[in-house]
Amino acid sequence: MRETIQRLTETFGPSGFEERIRAVIRDEVEDLADELQVTPLGSLVAIRRGSGGGQRIMMAAHMDEIGVMASYIDEKGFIRLAPLGGVYSITCIGSRVLFENGTMGVIGLDEKRQDKKQIPSLSELYIDVGATSKEDCPVRVGDAAVFVRTFFAQGRRLVAKAMDNRIGCAVLIETMRRLQKTPHEIHFVFTAQEETNLSGAQTAAYGIDPDLAIAVDVTGTGDRPESRPMAVQLGQGPAIKVQDALMIAHPLVREWLVAAAERINVPYQMEVMEGGTTDAAVTQLVRAGVPSGCLSIPCRYVHSPSEMVDEEDVEGAVRVLVEALSTR
Amino acid sequence: MMLKELSEAFGPSGNEKAVRTILRQALEGQVDRMWVDALGNLHTERQGKSRNRLRVLLTAHMDEVGFMVIGHDDSGGLRIRPIGGIDPRVLPGAIVWVGPDRVPGVIGAKPIHLQERGEGEKVDPIRQLVIDIGAKNKEKAQEAAPVGTTAVFATRFRELGPTVIGKAFDDRVGCAILAALLLGEPPRHTLHAVFTVQEEVGLRGARVAAYRSEPDCAVALEGTIADDLPKEKDASPTTELGQGPAITVMDRTFIAHRGLVQLLTHTAEELGIPYQIKQPGIGGTDAGAMHRVRQGVPSAAVAVPCRYIHGPVGMLNLADFENCSRLMHESLARLTVRTLRRE
Repeated sequence: MRETIQRLTETFGPSGFEERIRAVIRDEVEDLADELQVTPLGSLVAIRRGSGGGQRIMMAAHMDEIGVMASYIDEKGFIRLAPLGGVYSITCIGSRVLFENGTMGVIGLDEKRQDKKQIPSLSELYIDVGATSKEDCPVRVGDAAVFVRTFFAQGRRLVAKAMDNRIGCAVLIETMRRLQKTPHEIHFVFTAQEETNLSGAQTAAYGIDPDLAIAVDVTGTGDRPESRPMAVQLGQGPAIKVQDALMIAHPLVREWLVAAAERINVPYQMEVMEGGTTDAAVTQLVRAGVPSGCLSIPCRYVHSPSEMVDEEDVEGAVRVLVEALSTR
Repeated sequence: MMLKELSEAFGPSGNEKAVRTILRQALEGQVDRMWVDALGNLHTERQGKSRNRLRVLLTAHMDEVGFMVIGHDDSGGLRIRPIGGIDPRVLPGAIVWVGPDRVPGVIGAKPIHLQERGEGEKVDPIRQLVIDIGAKNKEKAQEAAPVGTTAVFATRFRELGPTVIGKAFDDRVGCAILAALLLGEPPRHTLHAVFTVQEEVGLRGARVAAYRSEPDCAVALEGTIADDLPKEKDASPTTELGQGPAITVMDRTFIAHRGLVQLLTHTAEELGIPYQIKQPGIGGTDAGAMHRVRQGVPSAAVAVPCRYIHGPVGMLNLADFENCSRLMHESLARLTVRTLRRE
């Protein structure tokens, strides 16, 4: 699974520009699905038809990652940027970014900025691609870029950019590989545009009209020095969501995941996340309402270029999902 | 000129009737279908002549920013709240039309003679401003403009060299372009053109219009922010007047469909129509609501740059207006199923 995780995290795919990551995931799941579809907004749907008598289930993991977009290019070829998703200025400074056309850039900070005691705003940052003028700048306004950082594994910990949420994609792909028999009709959806406005999952769910929906995504942890209190810790098993900033998980979906974890003795944690949300926040409100929940992978440094997860949590998530989806 | 008539019409969000009437009269008998929906959107449809025709939803919003009366002073002033986003700095001294019968009023301000030192440097929030319609007292004011009455800026349309000035170019300029598209030669694709309501207060009309339409793709036609005046710092102008129609790649409400953006830019380049990419990450349009309706709608937004929007007087360049119309017309003629396909 490590190779898959590395391949997924190192692929280009900011919100709205998911062509490459979609192609990589398509390649991974083509032989594991009965049918593949791409939605009008670009989500990839891999359908597994079960033996019958089960539910229609939507499993959602977003394939887009945060990034930046070129918003203005000055006379000397420096590029101002706009965020694609939740981008923090302090993790940007000194970072490298990669545009779809292969251009690399370094993020710099205005030296003569207004108030040096304040955390810089994104408008005080720029991208330097080594250009000398607007004319020789290989980037155009509207081009998107992602952060660059190589994958590494150390002990049980895996670190990469875009672990949010390529790790969720990896969990779904591995679940598809291991899932032998299921009574359910399962729509594995690799959603687009989660980081910007959750529109990929919302529209995919409308098309699928599922009986229940589960998002697989990362969640925060409370186990770092001086971190805000949160019960979730890295390495203590996948987290079953109770609630986050925009949704309360459906109790039956929650209990269904808890029961699966207990049947196969996979350690798990209950998750209450105060900030942030997932695709499940919109799937629950589609059409007449869809019972929705989340299985989360604890992750440190979310939305930085070095997001860290624990391999055992990832393995546990796959096992819980395979168990839950195998039974009625 | 239709833009003049549309610009001067009274139509704050939720009270778009006067604008709707102008458009209805202009399009009566010129389209295959026309109807008004539950929220007040004016729908029109022109059947496409191609065998492989797509269904294209085009929107322009009829509503404009304005004010609502929420109370009355003892001295006869009308207490107000904004409808849509309005900068309080541009208000004191502005003339407004109150109610659809256009009772004239002025937004009052303390004379400079009575101001304390430094007072003029502060901005009064809208809740502290009143509209003065010359009412003698509270009763007269209540009679003339009861709570719930709406008001808009009172600005006459004027030509000014290559530009025109007027109010509500956001988005009467979009309405004018959309009406012109409908009145042109028979289209290749079926055009479902909707003049929407309540965009300025949350993209509400477009959302239900897209639900009804079930289109293959959608384009919002807009009048957008141009902030190209000299500034202290070399920052990015959102758009610039006279540089051609502005194409959105991303704003606060959506990311445009890549195939549609390419269709627009390639069409412009092929025909030598000037265009600009609107500075990403700013503002929002009906496309923000339309793209996420039902199973999702590939969407784009094209706009005429306008200076000073959401204020008493806006300014736009007529060449941008013409080029925007032409770009839309030519792009629609080149749109195919392939434009929208995702692998």
